[in-house]
Amino acid sequence: MDFGFTEEQGKFRQEVRDFLEEEIKKGYWEPACDAWVQGFDQGFTKRVADRGWIGLTWPKEYGGQGRNHLDRLILTEEMLRYGAPAACHWFGDRQVGGAILSFGSEELKKEFLSRIVKGEAYFGLGMSEPGTGSDLASLQTRAIEDGDYYVINGQKTWTSCASFSQYFDVYARTDPEAPRHRGISEFIVDARSPGVSRIPMIDITGTEAWNDVFFDNVRVHKRYLVGEKNRGFYQVLHQLDYERSGMERLMGNYPLFDAIIQFAKDKKLSKEPEVRSRLVQLQIEFEVGRLLIYRVASVMEEGRAPNWESAMSKAYCTEFEKHLAGVAMEVLGPYGQLKSGSKYVPLRGMALHSYLGSKGYSLQAGTTEVLKNILATRGLGLPSS
Amino acid sequence: MRLTLTEEQEMLRKTARDFLTDKCSKKFVGQMEEAETGYSRELWQEMADLGWMGLAFPGKYDGGDMSFLDLAVLLEEMGRACLPGPFFSTVVLGGLSILDIGSEEQKQEYLPKVIRGEKIFTLALAEPGYRNYDASSVTVEATRKDGNYIINGTKLFVPDAHIADYLLCVARTKPRKGTTIFLADAKNPRIECTVLKTIAGDKLCEVVFDQLLVPSADILGRLNQGWSAVQTIIQRAALGKCCEVIGNIQRVLEMTVDYAKDRKQFDRPIGSFQVIQHYCADMATDVDSARFVTYQAAWMLNEGLPCAKEVAVAKAWISEASQRVFALAHQIHGAIGVTVEHDLHYYTRRAKAAELAFGDADFYREVVASEMGL
Ligand SMILES: Cc1cc2nc3c(=O)[nH]c(=O)nc-3n(C[C@H](O)[C@H](O)[C@H](O)COP(=O)(O)OP(=O)(O)OC[C@H]3O[C@@H](n4cnc5c(N)ncnc54)[C@H](O)[C@@H]3O)c2cc1C
Repeated sequence: MDFGFTEEQGKFRQEVRDFLEEEIKKGYWEPACDAWVQGFDQGFTKRVADRGWIGLTWPKEYGGQGRNHLDRLILTEEMLRYGAPAACHWFGDRQVGGAILSFGSEELKKEFLSRIVKGEAYFGLGMSEPGTGSDLASLQTRAIEDGDYYVINGQKTWTSCASFSQYFDVYARTDPEAPRHRGISEFIVDARSPGVSRIPMIDITGTEAWNDVFFDNVRVHKRYLVGEKNRGFYQVLHQLDYERSGMERLMGNYPLFDAIIQFAKDKKLSKEPEVRSRLVQLQIEFEVGRLLIYRVASVMEEGRAPNWESAMSKAYCTEFEKHLAGVAMEVLGPYGQLKSGSKYVPLRGMALHSYLGSKGYSLQAGTTEVLKNILATRGLGLPSS
Repeated sequence: MRLTLTEEQEMLRKTARDFLTDKCSKKFVGQMEEAETGYSRELWQEMADLGWMGLAFPGKYDGGDMSFLDLAVLLEEMGRACLPGPFFSTVVLGGLSILDIGSEEQKQEYLPKVIRGEKIFTLALAEPGYRNYDASSVTVEATRKDGNYIINGTKLFVPDAHIADYLLCVARTKPRKGTTIFLADAKNPRIECTVLKTIAGDKLCEVVFDQLLVPSADILGRLNQGWSAVQTIIQRAALGKCCEVIGNIQRVLEMTVDYAKDRKQFDRPIGSFQVIQHYCADMATDVDSARFVTYQAAWMLNEGLPCAKEVAVAKAWISEASQRVFALAHQIHGAIGVTVEHDLHYYTRRAKAAELAFGDADFYREVVASEMGL
């Protein structure tokens, strides 16, 4: 085993840090929690793209850099450490681009990959529906063939980043007669298509986190079918493995982690045994989580798709994030309840934001219960219940 | 970065697993717990012949020129087999410490004895007080007299002292204050050894030094300045224990998953009940994370990088992770798991002992705190 990074990787990490510090110094943005999914900053995305840091692992012929997964791990780890506003490109970079690369036609790859890489195509994920959460194969949105087109009808919900999305990666039923897993297909739908409408939804923190997205006779050309017709369910499983795999599951609130430790030191709270032991426990859990995610990256580096490995890391790491928020609130005492903008608010309200927001971490991208099902059955080979 | 074993390590693992499966049945483990010596001389010699004692030592002392990471793999397999005997004491506590700080002459003299399995070594560090593993807790005294030292006092929880040929004794040197490590002849009649009755059935001893004379030439490392060497020894020992625990809990996870697939109640395998599945998933997460934190620290130690924090994270984490693993393993096994007929108890008892050795979770949490600058 080798836990070290090469000199080149070290240099790359430094390069990313220098870039981000410069950005902060110039006052372009402030480090924030959840900025990977809530920080929409087109300028930032463009500047990241200019450096070739979107689609880093993709082949050069599609505008990528052909770099390895560890480089991407380093890049995302630093983005999260600095709480950088990467929401415009995160989904395209993390999973939709990869799905197009794995399953899409040559035409689709040409059309989308280079635009994602240039920071010009933002995606939302249209999986969940009002009646469809964990049991994704139950989805009801329909796509009916009509000549060269599919006509989509239905409703998606909890669509993160939807207000900013130019495209949706939509899963819809194309064969209602087939067994439910074998009748779903994946489409890229232009958000400006006639018949697409969105209604923003506010989350528990007061942030506009999602939209309900409605599809009313939306006509989508067949070339926007991703992969094979009726194979969408299998494709989405693959995509979800990537969705779960990354550092954002551990470090989405890193600015808070950093700040609460500093706060405890500054206020001499860290000498109090309860505070001290809580912070130490967080640090230990954090180090453990990081290694579980490194393992996922090293699985990808071996050329395998992660499966139960990312179920394990995501289930574990989101518990850390919840624990972090809980401890931060405990350390701050009555000040923890103050919202950002309030008189006396500590740490710019990050603790409160994370405390409330973290309730969703163990739900999104597969609930912890579902992830443990995956780990038990696929990882350990236990019989399905 | 590469989080898998090398081909060579895989081979070492396989050889070790095959050998220990063959030679170290649970029946044998049980017998050794009862036996006075606690080990089999014959098996010991076979292990030496396989090159295990010498694995991590340089070739010039007859060693195998492999690394601490390779030794970690071996220790993991030993933990998996619950191997009884003085391997850990002789190699991790004794031999590697001599390699760290011994003079060339001492290395020439002692290391081949370790490597060939001729002599048994151990470390006498902990004492009857309740705060161990920091310099101030050492009260055994070594007083200078006519160019020699006279050691007096009591050491506790010294593994395998009853069969040891040599004891590395950590003592407070007088008149000038400091900590010094002495290499003492364990068979000297001025040393009295009592084997304690322990949870793991391993042989931890009380060792009483009564006016033991040690020549200055048998000081290991620097006079009065021994504590930093002791810290390295403790770090390595703590990590070594972590490796054993990984082997231990990995095996327990496998046993438990197999049992859950096999055992039927309500006409179905209990492993099809979701609660049981999630217990197993939690166990797997603890086992994998235990492995990565340990190997990360072992890698750093091996590379000579500062790793106080990583070692502390590993030992603190594993001490708690293993408790969780055992709580669930016992729950899933039902009543059969709390009998002596079933093998689980061997692991349960050993993991607890390892948790207490060379610093427990509280001890290392405090190390993490200071590394964080809290
Ligand atoms: C912050 C956030 C962002 C999101 N972003 C998106 C997005 O961009 N796009 C998108 O499509 N969706 C998104 N989602 C939706 C997310 O995918 C769903 O919340 C998730 O799949 C769970 O579905 P549900 O909320 O309907 O809960 P349900 O599936 O109804 O689950 C409710 C409870 O039942 C448990 N449960 C369900 N099935 C099982 C089972 N088999 N075994 C054991 N327990 C079970 C669950 O674990 C949970 O505890 C987002 C959700 C959140 C919170």
